[in-house]
Amino acid sequence: MEYLIGIQGPDFVLVAADNVAASSIIQMKHDYDKMFKLSEKILLLCVGEAGDTVQFAEYIQKNVQLYKMRNGYELSPSAAANFTRKNLADYLRSRTPYHVNLLLAGYDDTDGPGLFYMDHLSSLAKAPFAAHDLTRDDAVDLLKKCIEELNKRFILNLPSFTVRLIDKEGIHDLEKLAHGAK
Amino acid sequence: MPLEDTASTINVIDYNFGLSRQKTSNRNSGVPLHFFLPTSPDSAPFHYRPSFHFPASNHSLNVIRPFTLAHGTTTLGFIFQGGVIAAADTRASAGGLVACPAVHKITPIHSHLVVTSSGSGADCMLWERILAREIRLYQLRHRQRLSIRGAAKLLSFMLHPFKGTDVCVALTLCGWDKEAGNTGCAKISEDSTFKINDSSSAHSSQDVNVRAYSASPNSGPQLIYVCSDGTRLQGDVFSVGSGSPYAYGVLDRGLRWSLSRDEAISLAREAVFRATHRDAYSGNNVDLFHITAQGWKQRQREDLKEEFYRDMEKRAKIVDKRKRVTELDSYG
Repeated sequence: MEYLIGIQGPDFVLVAADNVAASSIIQMKHDYDKMFKLSEKILLLCVGEAGDTVQFAEYIQKNVQLYKMRNGYELSPSAAANFTRKNLADYLRSRTPYHVNLLLAGYDDTDGPGLFYMDHLSSLAKAPFAAHDLTRDDAVDLLKKCIEELNKRFILNLPSFTVRLIDKEGIHDLEKLAHGAK
Repeated sequence: MPLEDTASTINVIDYNFGLSRQKTSNRNSGVPLHFFLPTSPDSAPFHYRPSFHFPASNHSLNVIRPFTLAHGTTTLGFIFQGGVIAAADTRASAGGLVACPAVHKITPIHSHLVVTSSGSGADCMLWERILAREIRLYQLRHRQRLSIRGAAKLLSFMLHPFKGTDVCVALTLCGWDKEAGNTGCAKISEDSTFKINDSSSAHSSQDVNVRAYSASPNSGPQLIYVCSDGTRLQGDVFSVGSGSPYAYGVLDRGLRWSLSRDEAISLAREAVFRATHRDAYSGNNVDLFHITAQGWKQRQREDLKEEFYRDMEKRAKIVDKRKRVTELDSYG
């Protein structure tokens, strides 16, 4: 049971993921990072079936890096998202589909921030809206409210969350949010 | 410029699983880059697209087994200031039968890597051998020992084609990585035996007490859990098997970085003992390995029956004492 969230502001994207790596009912790790850095301004958040997540995410990550090495410039978030979706779709009707759900968050120097949702049936949806005049602090507050509600109503205990912010300067690590964060 | 078509991107990947034609790299001076993979009609290599039809379900063809596979066990590993401890019970169960009371669930792979296994006994034995072979081949080809993280990733990638089949392997790699910059040759420790012939170069011994290793990702003690479902986790404490919840209970209470060697061994022993007490599929003896910068050392296998009787006596004494106290109270 995992949790990913992305909030897009006018010039940034805030993303958070829980930190639990579980094996059936046992929490094996409490500080597991579910975000994969695809490039200087793109993060891939990946949850789903145990081995598929890391295999698929690392495959996408290495291919995006390879593109940069070959061509000298980085893929845009939109191109990376579509590439990821195509890979999911290609494997969907094979014998070994990847059961992963993804959030791709990035900042494009021309188009601005972007947040893409992908699921294991390889659907791709770009969040078509962004909260106007949302400051970074507002976004973090909003995130804290979401986590509070989660801890109140979700049956599983998710004690801590990794939080990162992407803007035109790149990816920034924010403070980890723990249970009971006010 | 559009990204290359997926199919061509995949074929450029240097390693390929399961396909029999050899692929070599000129950069590596003609060294074959493919990994060994036992062929099986149900394995699905990373990029393999079947051109003929398999049965509709994703699962392997069901083979009728004469007995249930062995799955019950308690194994654990943790890192502390003095290195890595790996401990396990020694019972192999097949359904309700104790198939063997004296199994080795902890196997040394090389001088600084020990693997605890759980899941199906046969699968674990096979994959340990495969892992040992691939690590040795890597060392011969690249004149440098593969790091523990590298070994874990290699194992994980080799297991990936068997995901979804009945292969059940959950290994915890407990080892020690040399500091970056050292050559891969290890100093031979008197107690440890080698599965492979390491060249025993006269290395100046590292004074472990003085050097405080950092818990950096590529040097010092390492503990990585690799499972056939694809999980690969690096951490400070892992326990695997049917007895793991009980072992976690004891470990989570007593584990600290600053434990002394004896305290750590005693904690590991206690955790396995309590797990074998409560879990029907764990029992018999406890094996314990301690891995440091000098290599692994094995503690003598201990029969937990003695420990159980000692524990019983202790409890009986406590009950006695309590009874005497309440008697005194009732008279007083």
